Amino acid sequence: MSPASGSLPRYIAVRLLLVLPMMWVLLTMVFLLLRVAPGDPVTAAVGDKLGPEELAARRAALGLDRPLVVQYLEYLGDVARFDFGATISDRRPVLDIIANQGGATLTLTLGAFLFACAIGIPLGRLAGRRRDSALDAGIRLVGVVSYAAPIFWVGIMLVGLVVAYVPGWPTFGIADSETLYYVPDRTGILLLDALLANDGVSLVDILQHHVLPCFTLGLLLSGVIIRLVRINVIRALDEDYVEAARARGIPERRVVRRHAFRNALVPVITVIGLQFALTLSGAILTERTFNWPGLGNELVTYVTARDYVAVQGLVTFFALAIVVVSVLVDILNALVDPRVRY
Amino acid sequence: MSTPAHRRRTGGRVRATARRAWRTEGLARWILLVGLVVTTVFVLFALFAPWIAPYGFDQNSSDGVRFPKTSGPGPGHLLGTNDQFYDIFSRVVWGARTAVLVVVLSVVLSAVIGVLLGLVSGYLGGWFDRITVFLMDALYSFPSLLLAIVFSFMLRERIGGSILAAALSLTAIYIPQYFRVVRNTTVAARQATYVEAAEALGARPITVMRRYLLPNVTSSVPVIGTLNAADALGTLAALGFLGLGIPPNEAADWGYDLSRALDDVAAGDLGPALWPGLAIILLVTALTLVGEGLSETLNPTLRRPRRTAVVLPARPEEAP
Amino acid sequence: MTADRLVAGEQDPAPVLEARDLRVWYGTDRGPVRAVDGVDLTLRPGEVVGLVGESGCGKSTLGRALLGLLPPGTARDGELRFRDQDLLTLRPREQHRLRGSGIGMIFQDPLTRLNPVMRISDHFAETLKVHEPGLSDAEVQARSVEALRLMGIPPTRFRAYPHEFSGGMRQRLMIALALVLRPAVVVADEPTTALDVLVEAQIIRILHDLRAASDTAFLLITHNLGIIAEACDRVAVMYAGRIVEVGPAREVFADPQHSYTRELLASTISLRTTGLHSIPGAPPDLVEPPAGCRFHPRCPDALAVCTERAPRPGRVGGVEVACWAAEVRHDTAAAAALTEAERRHPHRGEIADADEA
Repeated sequence: MSPASGSLPRYIAVRLLLVLPMMWVLLTMVFLLLRVAPGDPVTAAVGDKLGPEELAARRAALGLDRPLVVQYLEYLGDVARFDFGATISDRRPVLDIIANQGGATLTLTLGAFLFACAIGIPLGRLAGRRRDSALDAGIRLVGVVSYAAPIFWVGIMLVGLVVAYVPGWPTFGIADSETLYYVPDRTGILLLDALLANDGVSLVDILQHHVLPCFTLGLLLSGVIIRLVRINVIRALDEDYVEAARARGIPERRVVRRHAFRNALVPVITVIGLQFALTLSGAILTERTFNWPGLGNELVTYVTARDYVAVQGLVTFFALAIVVVSVLVDILNALVDPRVRY
Repeated sequence: MSTPAHRRRTGGRVRATARRAWRTEGLARWILLVGLVVTTVFVLFALFAPWIAPYGFDQNSSDGVRFPKTSGPGPGHLLGTNDQFYDIFSRVVWGARTAVLVVVLSVVLSAVIGVLLGLVSGYLGGWFDRITVFLMDALYSFPSLLLAIVFSFMLRERIGGSILAAALSLTAIYIPQYFRVVRNTTVAARQATYVEAAEALGARPITVMRRYLLPNVTSSVPVIGTLNAADALGTLAALGFLGLGIPPNEAADWGYDLSRALDDVAAGDLGPALWPGLAIILLVTALTLVGEGLSETLNPTLRRPRRTAVVLPARPEEAP
Repeated sequence: MTADRLVAGEQDPAPVLEARDLRVWYGTDRGPVRAVDGVDLTLRPGEVVGLVGESGCGKSTLGRALLGLLPPGTARDGELRFRDQDLLTLRPREQHRLRGSGIGMIFQDPLTRLNPVMRISDHFAETLKVHEPGLSDAEVQARSVEALRLMGIPPTRFRAYPHEFSGGMRQRLMIALALVLRPAVVVADEPTTALDVLVEAQIIRILHDLRAASDTAFLLITHNLGIIAEACDRVAVMYAGRIVEVGPAREVFADPQHSYTRELLASTISLRTTGLHSIPGAPPDLVEPPAGCRFHPRCPDALAVCTERAPRPGRVGGVEVACWAAEVRHDTAAAAALTEAERRHPHRGEIADADEA
């Protein structure tokens, strides 16, 4: 076995070990932000509905009457057991919310990434190859504006256009109520459930509902991808090994594809991974715009209801997701670029 | 004391930058110019909102006559009215005031905190540095909107939804960016000969930081600041859209108006959504352009020498 | 010039590459840079020709121009014959095909010249299959491993990634990669400048051995005269976009004709060096090069004519040199045609005045 391939498992192992401190830091931050600040969560959420004894009982049940250090350790312990608590306002386990609503967020973001890559990579590559041309300037402007436009505004405008020009096309929610009624819940991911149920009509309906939200979120992400791909293609085309490949008579198209483009994608993968944060922000807004039954929508609902436990649970889950994605990105990177493994 | 000399230095640097920016060739100069012009227009809107806007931001009647609901553009209402009987043009102008106020407040606050924290952390090093870096990295890896939501959630319990609360919610998001840049530059600058010389001569840490490190590490702050302003504006609008921003009776908020416009659009009326949205896009794009232009001006290495096509002249006639 | 060709035709094989009055001008904001401005150069099969000069004299540009590896907007003209085609009139596609297979190139910094995400085997396979599409995988492997073996790299490293090799090994990889296509000409642009002295000696040894073993002609670009002395048959001295002296390496080193060559040789360090000599002034700006002989502002032997008319190449023994002072020294016909005023040695102030005008 060559040294390069041998070191990949080791690299992954080391990377996985680094996950724990990172998670610890993020969890500590979430706790600091949401628990240490003074104020009473129970009163904030249901203070106007319950009597004083009931409120005290609720507080005790949540452990809010104990010292902060104990609360902190309990919080860490709960998270380790994947227990994110139960909401104060309607007493739903947060894990249930994640299981029921997470699928919608997942298909939304994956679909958005698909759109974003389909738009962003070819445009970015084109702009990079034709650097400083009018085409390049135009593509860059599209990138800047698509990043500058508030995603919910883009969504609203698209809804307006669809309402005017494609009557009957779904603009809100993840599926028609009929579909929601007929597709049995197995995986928590509606799209997958429809596939498993072999229900073509429902599948088409769900996919149609996906188009607008995914495109909207994808547009936001494509701005970033255009920028990244463009600058990396430019950098890669300036690399010495690209000139060396030309000097060996490798045809220009192949030089761009094999040498410049593949190498340009390596940093792009990293930064796209970092865009997970942006995706999440975008998803919250997209879900709100299209009344999408996902986690972002739930989060905003519970924020408005002033439900500390729900907000803390969901934010904790997001923090964990961030860590997991960052690890996945690093591993993907190591697979593409052998130098990373060293 | 040293202050005047230092001022002069800073002033000289600002002027030199401005001169350099003006001399920048081609695209970078246009980018900067267009960005500055559009930004200035919005700042003028913000400053002179009471004189430019025909009505108040929460005014829904004039002379005892109630405004129409969601009317199109027409006499009396340049851009029409929205579903709360507000005049859209007035809301857009007043919205500029809210946006500029919140963004300036949050950018200045986060820059001051981030720069100071980065300076101290980078200069002192040790445990303080490590812990701060750790926390800042954690803060940075969090989605900015999520942070803003959490902060506004916290702050609404304490000080209610207000311009100050919105500005503070945004402040925390951007501190890590200044911190990172300033800390790294400080760590690098500490090793510079002139800093070592100053330390060897017995300068107190506070003096070293203020006189030697601060002027050197803050050169990238304007670029980060402008780009953050663009981002903060978007986040503010997002908070407003989610109903977590500034209540409509306290100030005009473009994001809030957009959330109200959602139903109108579904009913086929694009008007109430169009203008606040365009205002956001224009200002965000303008700020981004200023940031990009500045960064290209301040980092000339990003530019490359232009290649122009050569036409070879005919060969000189050989002398007989 | 004509005489040179006739003489060459009698004793040597036909040139594989021949540049006639080649010009390569870059476009910049300040105007065209005359990086190569009327160069004649001949490469014959199996010989190693050294190209020396200070940095910025156009030697790298000349090397790249042979392959057409020039930034967009650059103009080339003159004549560039490779075997029996003029490369300058060839269609871009055909020119591209000759790169690597006809004329190969080795670069200065081997560390950045290999694609970091491709295995060495992929580099070879790609190169071979582009030029010889019919090759089977086994043949590709055999040819590559053979090329590596010649460079002293064991076949076990064939599937490794570039970052697993040292700088010297990577330069040998680059040479192997250039030679695996069996090109007729290889341009080596400062192949040892980025390497340490021991590795440099190794690479020079390899080039030296290749000279005996193959028909490939090498154009070795360097500013290191020691390398020229060790590895080259002939040497061409370049100054400010022009070749000022060209001839057998031994002859040029023993008896340099052009003042620039002499100054260049005097400024190299050797065991006998007692004091450091350097050429006063700096190479000229190639956007507005000096009139007449381009070296005259820095030349200790400049004549009045040097400020006005560019010298034409003339022959002294086996060496071809473009220098008025050399013409006068050897009492050639060209020198005889000069007026008394033109033969005068002006002092510095006069040269500066002439240049102002």
